[in-house]
Amino acid sequence: MGLKGEAAIVGVADYKNERKYTGPRHFFTEQFADLTHRALVDAGLDKNDLDGICCTAIREANMFAPATLAEYLGLKVNFAEIVDLGGATPVGMIWRAAAAIEMGICQAVICAIPARPIPSNPIPSPTADDLRFYGSTSANWGSPQAEFDVPYGNVAQNSGYAMIAQRYAALHGYDERALAKIAADQRSNAQANPNAAFYGKPASIDDVLASPVIADPLHILEIVMPCAGGGAVLVVDKALAAKSKNRPAYITGCGERLESKSMTYQDDMTRTPVGPASQSAFAMAGKKPADIDVVEPYDCYTITVLLTLEDSGFCAKGDGMKFVTEHDLTYNGDFPVNTHGGQLGAGQAGLAGGMSQVIEGARQIMGKADDRQLSRCDTALVTGTGGIMSEQSAIILEGG
Amino acid sequence: MNNTSLSVLPPMPHPTPTTEPFWQGLAEEKLMLQQCDDCKEWVFYPRTHCSHCLSSNLEWQQVSGEGEIYSFTIARRPTAPPFAGMEPQYIAVVQLQEGVRMNTVIANATESDLKVGVRVKPCFVHTPDAQTLLYFELA
Repeated sequence: MGLKGEAAIVGVADYKNERKYTGPRHFFTEQFADLTHRALVDAGLDKNDLDGICCTAIREANMFAPATLAEYLGLKVNFAEIVDLGGATPVGMIWRAAAAIEMGICQAVICAIPARPIPSNPIPSPTADDLRFYGSTSANWGSPQAEFDVPYGNVAQNSGYAMIAQRYAALHGYDERALAKIAADQRSNAQANPNAAFYGKPASIDDVLASPVIADPLHILEIVMPCAGGGAVLVVDKALAAKSKNRPAYITGCGERLESKSMTYQDDMTRTPVGPASQSAFAMAGKKPADIDVVEPYDCYTITVLLTLEDSGFCAKGDGMKFVTEHDLTYNGDFPVNTHGGQLGAGQAGLAGGMSQVIEGARQIMGKADDRQLSRCDTALVTGTGGIMSEQSAIILEGG
Repeated sequence: MNNTSLSVLPPMPHPTPTTEPFWQGLAEEKLMLQQCDDCKEWVFYPRTHCSHCLSSNLEWQQVSGEGEIYSFTIARRPTAPPFAGMEPQYIAVVQLQEGVRMNTVIANATESDLKVGVRVKPCFVHTPDAQTLLYFELA
């Protein structure tokens, strides 16, 4: 059951993460075409090899996003997919593409997420801003969130993740230096990633703890910085992988778990869906946590990384703070985590934020991670987190 | 902080035909919860079908509203523009003794009162919009 490991990532592309984007503006269709072209060039493959497309919602069209994009790119595809799993979307895209390829319905799927600003609309629609008002929380009439989250101010992401951290603290204690170390170590990794929003701006544990508290116990430097960017990943079958100029990163395991939209209704706020997702990925790949050379966990907040390491089995529940304190999480360290800086160090380019983790896992296996390249990297665990740690995906990548 | 005379009005809920009895109950200072006639489990938020067995045999029952803080945060920056001026917001998830959890605000409290596991009871907040919100306060 599950993936046989016959589909691989062979090409990746990403835009530099920029807090204030001042370059030329393009629509999502245009950015998608550009990212696709770059990923094909990276892989050494051709547009005519593509017969699958995997996308998110696009700003230009409320419906028919895959068709709009395929038509714009001039693609005829056998697999057309849109994924709507928040931060878990990129990882969710990759395993869906791999599954479609293993079924034999397509040979090469482009998974791309544009996240640069689009041109300013001369006829602005007020609804666009309303939608962004509450972040991931829907204020549409009839949405349970509009009635039972919004009036109490539990909106967007910060308050939910803060409550997960508070619950964790009540059950397991709370070492704020351990949590801050996650941000500091990842910021250190970002110093070897010129595309990172915080390149040239290291931050120590003390810097993190000296930054303002936004929602107890979360400091602002434990929360991702939104930025512009975008990313693309090309997933292909074995025959095309053999033609690619990169070392293929085979997708040998995957898992996904969704339990709710608001974290309020999860059975246990401190045991997150990434547990079952990672266990599925490990079982499918025939691997265990000790076999993993690099972990690229989704990191919207420091608590997200801590719970992901625990629930994925790298340490026991409650031992995460001790674990991150005792290990060096940098690319020079004994337990490398988010070697590109993660989203905490590199910035969060919207839904493409989670794609950065897929891209970095693939680059480490390809041996193309520049100054932060690990001396040996044959296996990577990549996770995605959407909602308020309520929908999560995991994949295992292995070098071919 | 966070007393019940609201100087800033949060965005109000707009009840649906399904949720109306819950909000009407709050207006009368009653906490109404749905219980499934088939599996006997409690359901929150209000639904047409039981979230445990998908039965549509849901009955409204009045409950005491006694429960405890499952978790909380003190939002020191507004969580969204409409909450500007309400910070620090004492946002919490409360678990009722029936087992259901709900988002809320802890009223009539100080920062040091906020602890996971603290017993709470309902605090019905009538707003100038004629809508009643369900806050909680220490029991």
